[in-house]
Amino acid sequence: MKYALLIYSSEDAGPQTEQAMMEEMPEWFGYTEELNQAGANLAGEALLPAATATTVQIRNGERITTDGPFAETKEVLGGFYIIEAADLDAAIEWAAKIPAAPYGSIEVRPVMELPEG
Amino acid sequence: MSESNLIAEVFRTEWPRLVAVLVRDFGDVELAEDCAQEAFIQASERWGRDIEIPDRPGAWLTTAARRKALDRVRRSASYKTKLEELEVRAKRGPETAPGGELVDEQLALLLGCCHPALNLESQVALTLRLVAGLTTEQIAKAFLVEPATMGKRLTRAKTKVRDANIPFRPVDRSILLDRVAAVRHVIYLVFTEGHASSSEDEFVRGDLCDEAAWLAWLLTTLLPDDAESHGLHALIMLTDARRSTRVDSDGLPILLEHQDRSLWDRDKIRLGLVSLGTSRENGPLGRFGVQALLASFHTVAPSFEATDWTNIVRAYDLLVHLEDSPIVRLNRAIALSFSDGPDVGLAAIEPLRTVLDGYVYLHSARGELFARIDNIPEAIANLERALRCEPSPAERSFLERRLTELGAVDSG
Repeated sequence: MKYALLIYSSEDAGPQTEQAMMEEMPEWFGYTEELNQAGANLAGEALLPAATATTVQIRNGERITTDGPFAETKEVLGGFYIIEAADLDAAIEWAAKIPAAPYGSIEVRPVMELPEG
Repeated sequence: MSESNLIAEVFRTEWPRLVAVLVRDFGDVELAEDCAQEAFIQASERWGRDIEIPDRPGAWLTTAARRKALDRVRRSASYKTKLEELEVRAKRGPETAPGGELVDEQLALLLGCCHPALNLESQVALTLRLVAGLTTEQIAKAFLVEPATMGKRLTRAKTKVRDANIPFRPVDRSILLDRVAAVRHVIYLVFTEGHASSSEDEFVRGDLCDEAAWLAWLLTTLLPDDAESHGLHALIMLTDARRSTRVDSDGLPILLEHQDRSLWDRDKIRLGLVSLGTSRENGPLGRFGVQALLASFHTVAPSFEATDWTNIVRAYDLLVHLEDSPIVRLNRAIALSFSDGPDVGLAAIEPLRTVLDGYVYLHSARGELFARIDNIPEAIANLERALRCEPSPAERSFLERRLTELGAVDSG
């Protein structure tokens, strides 16, 4: 079964300097490698800061483009993985190992399976 | 035993086993629930009528429920790929026969219902439905909500179980005890929901205490060496032993000191003390165990005056150590007022006044302590303060009656 692990954190939590980010990199590489070895890694990306986000909506047929993320919240989406896991417990195990888990929040969402055919 | 009594008896023990084995074999909570229910309906229609009551009712029910489940699976396209595997599994021997206790499966069922990915309300509702076998209507009635509301809650919970694939399978011993804490919490909530209510539908709410007692007992049979599960069972038994004496005929609470101890349920006290002993043999007492210990001092005391308050205060010290909270400290202070005197109790409450300012019992406790040292004006002022903390209707009546007894002119 597929799950999305959505990584949210406050932009003032976690590594703040480039040096600190570099130091955290091996943890992410190690985690991704662990997923790869388990055959559980389907996709995953890190996102640039929320300040770079643009939100697009169509309302009454009109396109509205605004600066910034959809929700003005303190915790923003910083990246995600799509993983293969046997059940929710297995997905939660993977979520808990994400390097951002100690300072962020990982939302575990089952991926919708479309019927074949 | 009449057929209907027999079926009620069989239902108690066989329902959770049946659901557990169906969940294991078919991996579908809703299917398990429906087919278990249908098997019981079939039993109630046939046993003692067109067929004899089976020697092994559990085995009969398992076979009947599996047959129904297979029928459904055959009809549903989404199961096609699994059908062959399921048919093989469903031909297994009837494990619900005596000797087949299905411990792992029943634990898996409890852990699945109390999975942390479900909200607490859902955990409680699912546990009562799938493990205790209450109907949606019964659960709704017990929680004073509309059946449709409870139905939606259960459906939402089962949908999440299915869509997020919350596992209902045995877990490793290493995480078992951690997860069992959630099960105990749910059982305790079921109990307090039944116990704390003293109003309207007393009978039904009292039922909730019985369900909690049974669930706690089930947990001790599944985890016989888990100290805290025995502690929970002991706490429920020792508290519930006083059920019939806790409210008067008007539904108003009766304070411990005025309860008729001769009406306390001796059997429950005995069972509670046995469980408390088993808990202590299996490790240090946890928070439920210590609360059971506290309750035990009350239940064995011949009178309120002859209660072992010194040991009760010591037990509260243990509880503060395990689970420090202002309310635990308030209760400790009240116990202290009986061992060391009202002045000492009042002094112990002093540091809690700010944090518990909106709490009815802080003010009513202070009121009672002032009454004991004959400071009637302060007693009245505190009980009136308690009235402004949004007490429940029963608490309000109780406080008003106390104020009248103390000679307050107008409590409004």
